[in-house]
Amino acid sequence: MSLSTNTSVAINVRQVSKKFGRIKAVESVDLQVKSGEFFGLLGPNGAGKTTLINIIAGLCLADCGRVEVMGHDVVKDYQSARRALGVVPQELVFDPFFTVRETLRFQSGYFGIKHNDDWIDEILDNLNLVDKADANMRSLSGGMKRRVLVAQALVHRPPVIILDEPTAGVDVDLRRGLWGFIQKLNNQGHTIVLTTHYLEEAESLCNRVAMLKAGEIVLVEDTTNLLRREKESLLRVRLKGEAPYEFKPRGYARLVSVTDGEYLIKLSGPSEVENILKDLRESGFEIDKMEIEREDLEDVFLSIMTGNKSS
Amino acid sequence: MSGFRTLFRKEMLRFWKVGFQTLGAPILTSLLYLLIFSHALKGRAEVYPGLGVDYVTFLVPGLAMMSLLQNAFANSSSSLTQSKIMGNIVFLLLTPISHFSFFIAYILAACVRGTLVALGVVLASLFFVELPVNNIALIIFFAVCGAVMLGSLGLIAGVWAEKFDQIAAFQNFVILPMTFLSGVFYSVEKLPAFWKWISHANPFFYLIDGFRRGFFGHSDAEIYISVSVVSLATLSLSCVCLHIIRSGYKLRT
Repeated sequence: MSLSTNTSVAINVRQVSKKFGRIKAVESVDLQVKSGEFFGLLGPNGAGKTTLINIIAGLCLADCGRVEVMGHDVVKDYQSARRALGVVPQELVFDPFFTVRETLRFQSGYFGIKHNDDWIDEILDNLNLVDKADANMRSLSGGMKRRVLVAQALVHRPPVIILDEPTAGVDVDLRRGLWGFIQKLNNQGHTIVLTTHYLEEAESLCNRVAMLKAGEIVLVEDTTNLLRREKESLLRVRLKGEAPYEFKPRGYARLVSVTDGEYLIKLSGPSEVENILKDLRESGFEIDKMEIEREDLEDVFLSIMTGNKSS
Repeated sequence: MSGFRTLFRKEMLRFWKVGFQTLGAPILTSLLYLLIFSHALKGRAEVYPGLGVDYVTFLVPGLAMMSLLQNAFANSSSSLTQSKIMGNIVFLLLTPISHFSFFIAYILAACVRGTLVALGVVLASLFFVELPVNNIALIIFFAVCGAVMLGSLGLIAGVWAEKFDQIAAFQNFVILPMTFLSGVFYSVEKLPAFWKWISHANPFFYLIDGFRRGFFGHSDAEIYISVSVVSLATLSLSCVCLHIIRSGYKLRT
């Protein structure tokens, strides 16, 4: 199934705020997700990711601001907005009265879709649920229930799919299978919005990421640019024998830590390695072991969340 | 009305799959009431003097209506509360189903369950009594209004309740006393003035009294008053319920 759409912005969030009592869950959030993007929404627990998703999905009413999905206002034109959106909720929720197939047929019917069994079978096949199609939801394991949640979000073939931590508690095999399927949908033109605590997933899958902190967007950037801009190299050096004195790198680099004779030095660029090696040799130190490490999205995320990097 | 049929079908299946609990048990309970009260009060309780209606026959429409009201309430309230507590209501709230379709699907399912239980009570009691039918239109009118009224009340309670305990409290402290004090087991004309006044302030009394008139052609209250009170109460509760659903109160928080 491939999609073609004239709307270049899949999700448009304008100045959205939401308070629960005195707690600001989301504060003046502006966010645009382009059609066809694989977008990551990152942030620590309680940052407001789920509240923002709930507002986009119409599960929660914003105090102010407006949200559009594929150009449809989620409050004024809620029926069109909801037809364009599939949401995989974070919680493992299910109806204990029904089987997997009944659940998916009902979900299709809610969207006014009759005779949807071919698509349901395709989803079940892609999510490795074929042999559980007639099993009651109660009898499924946690991972299988999560797969059914994904299936429920896809039954009406929405152009925009939001996955709120879809791989929490899911084994490696299933995670790979799930991402393969979701990437296939993205390649077919579906817009994917993902929240996850597995930042390596966001790094490898998302074209763009937004980081939320205490209800506010602190960063929205192309993942490749972000990593290129923010990535710093770390030089790990172990010295041979007893060092006569502690080595101190000059102004071009920053010593992060010294543990059992192992130096961790932060570089602003790989070219500085040569300067450090030269200094070490000239100071009479002999190198036992040396390796260069690169920061990943997780390091960048932690730096931004702890305020060590400017956004 | 996109999705309405599916939601209605799902609500029907939900109670049908546990039919012993949702249909069989209330019919049996009503028959036990019939058995116990008829043996305990036969010959002692006089109803509709001069009409020749014996007490056991008098009991049947009241018990049928009481079962209808309680089960219509139980269906919509338990379904919604369970969906909220289990969290699966999210899959309904994410769909384009309109507020009106949502309301109608739940109410219709409540009507079907309530009516099936009432029908079961009437059919089973035919083994013991001969039940006349004086005005089928009145029987249908009061049965439908009763189911819609209690289905709406069940939805309101389901939206409001955050745990099953609150639904049980609503059922035991509001619905049950109102049904028991509405003339199910007696003619209110025999009551002392105070209790008669209390009964006349209870809309359930008009439901049962009007429903009974459909069978016997006689009622404690004037039929036009019963029709008016029941119509007004049904309409008011339906409007309140629809407004609550549309507002998203406790559903889209």
